[in-house]
Amino acid sequence: MKFTGTDSYVASDDLRVAVNAAIALQRPLLIKGEPGTGKTVLAHEVAKALKAPIIEWHIKSTTKAQQGLYEYDAVSRLRDSQLGDERVKDIANYIKKGKLWEGFTSTERPVLLIDEIDKADIEFPNDLLLELDRMEFYVYETQQVIKAEQRPIVMITSNNEKELPDAFLRRCFFHYIRFPDRETMTQIVDVHFPDLQRNLLREALNVFYDIREVPGLKKKPSTSELLDWLKLLMVEDMSPDALRSKDSKQLIPPLHGALLKNEQDVHLFERLAFMARREQRQ
Amino acid sequence: MFVNFFLELRQAKVPVSIKEYLALMEGMDKGVSDYSVDDFYYLSRAILVKDERNLDKFDKVFGHIFKGLEAVPGDGVAAEIPEEWLRKLAEKLLTEEEKAQIEALGGWEKLMETLKKRLEEQQKRHQGGSKWIGTAGTSPFGAHGFNPEGVRIGQDKNREGRAVKVWDKREYKNLDDTVEIGTRNIKIALRRLRKFAREGAEVELDMPDTIRSTARNAGYLDIKMVPERRNKVKLLILFDIGGSMDAHIRVCEELFSAARSEFKHLEFFYFHNCLYEKLWKDNRRRHVDTFSTAQLLHTYPADYKVLFVGDASMSPYEIAYPGGSVEHWNEESGQTWIQRVADTYRSMVWLNPVPERHWSYTPSIQLLQQLSSNRMFPLTLGGLDSAMKELNK
Ligand SMILES: Nc1ncnc2c1ncn2[C@@H]1O[C@H](COP(=O)(O)OP(=O)(O)O)[C@@H](O)[C@H]1O
Ligand SMILES: [Mg+2]
Repeated sequence: MKFTGTDSYVASDDLRVAVNAAIALQRPLLIKGEPGTGKTVLAHEVAKALKAPIIEWHIKSTTKAQQGLYEYDAVSRLRDSQLGDERVKDIANYIKKGKLWEGFTSTERPVLLIDEIDKADIEFPNDLLLELDRMEFYVYETQQVIKAEQRPIVMITSNNEKELPDAFLRRCFFHYIRFPDRETMTQIVDVHFPDLQRNLLREALNVFYDIREVPGLKKKPSTSELLDWLKLLMVEDMSPDALRSKDSKQLIPPLHGALLKNEQDVHLFERLAFMARREQRQ
Repeated sequence: MFVNFFLELRQAKVPVSIKEYLALMEGMDKGVSDYSVDDFYYLSRAILVKDERNLDKFDKVFGHIFKGLEAVPGDGVAAEIPEEWLRKLAEKLLTEEEKAQIEALGGWEKLMETLKKRLEEQQKRHQGGSKWIGTAGTSPFGAHGFNPEGVRIGQDKNREGRAVKVWDKREYKNLDDTVEIGTRNIKIALRRLRKFAREGAEVELDMPDTIRSTARNAGYLDIKMVPERRNKVKLLILFDIGGSMDAHIRVCEELFSAARSEFKHLEFFYFHNCLYEKLWKDNRRRHVDTFSTAQLLHTYPADYKVLFVGDASMSPYEIAYPGGSVEHWNEESGQTWIQRVADTYRSMVWLNPVPERHWSYTPSIQLLQQLSSNRMFPLTLGGLDSAMKELNK
């Protein structure tokens, strides 16, 4: 079981080593990096490459660790009891399995994705320590122990909104996806749009990396925005020349709305373009 | 060199413990990576570093430690790591007895120290010869000796003669949190503030609504929950504006104006250079619309936490003497006012955008550092953390 990247995902050497280490040593792998650098997709790709099922747990600000194990729906039971429903006699009817439960009892060794763990409360990761360590937990209501037959491959992503607790970090392997350089980005674009014209790609990447350098942007465009933008450029059949702006008045790249999602950033960008144009005139 | 690697990582403040060490051994044992230098670097990085802020420190240490070992003429980049030795060491470390021994030796740190010393001794003893021989028996690590050949990790033929090694590129430099806050990491800084603002959004029973709904529901229970209200911290931010602060103003303002929405009780006031008898809330109307500092002290109760943001860079007169202000005649010295704030609010910090290494050259910074009882922190992610920690005390 070794992950070597897939034909739809470009995995750098260091990422590959980190993934394989996590698989072989059965540790959770924590993936961080700018939004849009392929953290979530990675888990899917690992699952695909290993032909393993994937179980996704998307974390929200209100998600509690317990929900990953199971939830006991006391409120429904209370209602049912008032309505005289027969189901009420068996507490098991009110136990709702969580994603970890699913993962632990999967017949094949699954990839368990805990996506955007930093969205939850600061204590959330700590509340999962024991379960992720031992890969088992106890259901008080029904007095059963749910134990993993095979340890799921746990992949955790974070966008760095919150600091993760040390005790949690100590148990994970860690990989930080660095923003792809041109070479890597070209490979990434290639897996998505193999037929893209070389000239267009070159010019587009020039523009893209220039925009990323604009100081003060609220949200720098990332891989996903680049891919969206390229798709538009292709649909509109844009010529590479249209992107070559160095000499012309055209300082705002065509269809830049796909790259800059934030109104303030668009304004900032337009203002800079305006100033640059004025300078050229002088 | 492996021991040094760990020692240096710890010296560089990359927190590595025996847990990570053992994991690395296990990883090497299971052959997770090819035995190329790069793979060894990647593997140890994935296992030993848990935070992108430490990646650069790790790279520096790695480069330092494995330097000189790489230069095998004609072989390009290669490092020699005595794998056999590592493995034996790991095996030994994993037994119960061994763990007890580590404890007996005074724990991990002690062990590393001893090990280092022991190796040095061996090296001296066998100077000239190529073999390092262990003192079998008594020492927990000497029994297996030292494999003089080692395993050449690397000798990566494809990459022969490559000039820059991965770790020497120092690609994670700007993730180190000891650098000043700039556009790159301002978001992270904000999140730190947010973390400070938030104290867990619990869901709690909404009693009044539950009663109301249950009554409306003909007596059948209808339970209503509400998210607990966040952030109870009361914060008073006093912000230096204009003059020498111009260079930092954008970063500071962006940071704190964005933080505003996160706090239920957050008050924001401006001053110029030093705090005197007047503050203002709107910088455009600073001369018309002022707020007296005395009133501030009476308006906001002592449980407010005070956060000064300013470069504290001025002539010491501006702090120490009445009339020292460059803008107006101040009856009482800035020092007096700052002292009053410090006396009123137990919790107070000063964040300074000036890099900490310059502080000692600026007398006014030192003066204000004293006035804030050494609670001045640099406006870096690390500094912000320390400041928040201080405020949380
Ligand atoms: N290394 C990569 N190889 C192929 N596609 C990638 C890569 N990195 C990012 N992408 C593409 O970028 C988009 C965003 O990826 P996603 O996993 O959602 O990012 P994140 O979870 O980091 O925010 C996806 O469409 C993905 O296919
Ligand atoms: Mg994602």
